[in-house]
Amino acid sequence: MGHGRDAVPDKTTIDARTLTVWLALLLVCAAAASLLIGDGFVGPASGLITMEIRLPRTLLAVLIGGALGLSGAVLQGALRNPLADPGLLGITPAAGLGAMIAFYWGLAGQFAPALPMGGLLGAGLGLTCLLGLGGRGLSGPSLILAGVALSALAGALMSLALTLAPNPFALAEITFWLMGGLEDRALSHVAMAAPPILLGVTLLLRLGPGLDALTLGEDTAASLGQPPTRTLRHAAIGCALAAGASAAVAGGIGFVGLVVPHLMRPFVGERPSALLGPSLLTGAIMLTLADMLVRMVPLLLPVSAAPPLGVLTALVGAPFLVRIARRMAP
Amino acid sequence: MTRLDRFSLTLGGRQILREVTLHPKRGELLALCGPNGAGKTSILKALAGLVPGGARPDPRHVAYLAQNTPPSWALTVGQIATLGRIPHGDRLAAPVGNALRRCGIESLRDARIDRISGGEARRAMLARVFATEPGMFLLDEPTADLDPAACHAILRLLRETAEAGAAVVVVLHAVELATEYAHRIVLVDQGRIAADCPAAQALAAAAAIFGMRAGVGPRLLPNP
Repeated sequence: MGHGRDAVPDKTTIDARTLTVWLALLLVCAAAASLLIGDGFVGPASGLITMEIRLPRTLLAVLIGGALGLSGAVLQGALRNPLADPGLLGITPAAGLGAMIAFYWGLAGQFAPALPMGGLLGAGLGLTCLLGLGGRGLSGPSLILAGVALSALAGALMSLALTLAPNPFALAEITFWLMGGLEDRALSHVAMAAPPILLGVTLLLRLGPGLDALTLGEDTAASLGQPPTRTLRHAAIGCALAAGASAAVAGGIGFVGLVVPHLMRPFVGERPSALLGPSLLTGAIMLTLADMLVRMVPLLLPVSAAPPLGVLTALVGAPFLVRIARRMAP
Repeated sequence: MTRLDRFSLTLGGRQILREVTLHPKRGELLALCGPNGAGKTSILKALAGLVPGGARPDPRHVAYLAQNTPPSWALTVGQIATLGRIPHGDRLAAPVGNALRRCGIESLRDARIDRISGGEARRAMLARVFATEPGMFLLDEPTADLDPAACHAILRLLRETAEAGAAVVVVLHAVELATEYAHRIVLVDQGRIAADCPAAQALAAAAAIFGMRAGVGPRLLPNP
């Protein structure tokens, strides 16, 4: 939406531009801190460790957190449902299934990037099913139903693959991957995830007017020149690219997409297009901080291993979900 | 300007509209009246380009107000009115301010839509249509939820808008109310245009078509 010189200012508690500047600053600080905190110790490391271990991890946290936060904001707007998130559409489970198949057939053992590539392929296939199951007249409820069906299908096939796991080590590795995390990711993972994520994010950021129009219902959106079918299709494709590529590289990191838009609404109001930029930045900040926290757990607590990142986001996100539900109750 | 020529519509095997011809004109407030389920809303949607095979209007020139649908998110009145600028791709303050003023809700600009009365919310939706500054207004029951004073104020505003050069088409339940403000009244019955006449002749026509004596309240119109 163009902002002319005499554009209507939004009545919100904080000016949108000020908020964006603050969030961007916060993200830079979080990313810098993340480069200074390692698995074993805090402080600047040698160039090699920073480049090979901390940099990919930080870049992935920023990219994936941003992708998940933005996907959540877009899906909540597109489906007009405050509980929508990429997991709801079955994109994350489909990516998980793809990665598992790559693992199951031993492809990942011979060729390391096979796991995330399998995940990307799974997300793509999942999206195709989603658009097929949702039918031609893609409406909010039919998209949600198709997403639930896809989640159930992918979940069942994953359980089947787990019971048929070739050996206990494979079982353990798959389970750990499904929990989601960013440890031991290399720059090659960044190179694989970044293009689809950036493409998806670009597509999603352009949906502002379409999402705003949908606020008034499907007929009114169409009469404003924003056909709801087009908005929903672009939202689904953008989320499959952004959230699917994220899940392919980092496994199942839940609740970021759900929680972030709710954190932003008190600051920017409920207009869907106003939530997109702030949700992108806040998702990136939150995941970078969460991943830092995960790495610091062994330094702070008497435990031998860091908890998976997906476990941490779920531990924080689940109570938050309860809070949203209670606030929505009349 | 959009129009319908012998337009028929069948949805799910049910014939909704049969050979409807309707040419709204600039400078004219046209009221579509008839019993529930007669097809008034379908005619309006066909003009707005919302049904398969209907007109394909430019959203910058033709604005449509749906029957009462609450917005999904708690936007402010000002934000709702600003949505009317989406077809133009801008958020100009002048048309939005004018629209809020004309609909009499300027003081509510920063109020959340879920914290105001139903009638005020309806006016916010109407302001959204005015903010588009269209040449043609397609309004489905714009006076629903309004008290009698507000109802007359809105219809007076719509008549002025038409006389200033716009084409205004409104769906109204009450024929009597329509005769007070509309220039032309189209009576719709069972998916057909049963009569298309100047406002002064509408009550007599309605009496003939719906078996209703002229002068009797529209609440006695038979439901199909």
